[in-house]
Amino acid sequence: MSIVHCLILSALLFTIGTIGVIVKKNVIAIFLCIELMLNAANLSFVAFSRYLNQVDGQIFVFFVMVVAAAEAAVGLAITIALYRNRKTLSVDDADIMKW
Amino acid sequence: METWLFYLLGGIALVAAVSVVWQRRVIYSALSLILCLGALAGIYLLLEAPFIAAVQIIVYAGAIMVLFLLVIMMLDPFSRETPVDRRRYLRYLAWILGATALLLLVPLLRFYDPARAMQNPLQPAGSIASVAHFAEKLFNDYLLPFEVTSVLILVAIIGAVVLAKRQT
Repeated sequence: MSIVHCLILSALLFTIGTIGVIVKKNVIAIFLCIELMLNAANLSFVAFSRYLNQVDGQIFVFFVMVVAAAEAAVGLAITIALYRNRKTLSVDDADIMKW
Repeated sequence: METWLFYLLGGIALVAAVSVVWQRRVIYSALSLILCLGALAGIYLLLEAPFIAAVQIIVYAGAIMVLFLLVIMMLDPFSRETPVDRRRYLRYLAWILGATALLLLVPLLRFYDPARAMQNPLQPAGSIASVAHFAEKLFNDYLLPFEVTSVLILVAIIGAVVLAKRQT
């Protein structure tokens, strides 16, 4: 097992997450795909941390998780507010600030 | 042995990730993502990052995904997929963009020579595997960012409460 394995897996996961963000219509599904992309980046961090034998990469992963938790809390609150006001979870219907 | 475990866990993670995008009901997407996070935690263990693996399970698959599932179960029965997709072209655009992203990976894939990859494994981890070393680095070199994250969390809590509580 070398670093190339991890980087390829990370890149594939990131690509799948990107496709999901574009394809999905549901706000929460898009959030889940963003979490997937964050995890792909985390895998790269841990792989490089191991490769360079420095612990800094793991600390970055720690901070990414903190930011992901904050983002999930605020994002889901926005989702609830969106559903309460517009009675929808589809991104196509929430276009009031689009143009 | 390590390599085969990596292939097994990586395969599970990839299948679960595809399932996240493929499922039509959001609840199944979320459950697939939990499986993917679990497989990634196993890979972190293989990379000798036990603390990150534990945090991945406890915080990510535990706390964050439970929050997601709670909101999905609260809202999902009313959030059917829109029957008529008004922007069909976006789907083809997504496939084109995905293919482009994969093409951008080709330079990386060129490095992938299984025989050579086996000959050049990762060195045995030294001190990075120990949680004590992690804590020492975190609370010395990264003390200020660590404290700033507490402010970030506080702002997120206040924002979430304000956003979710507003009655209009």
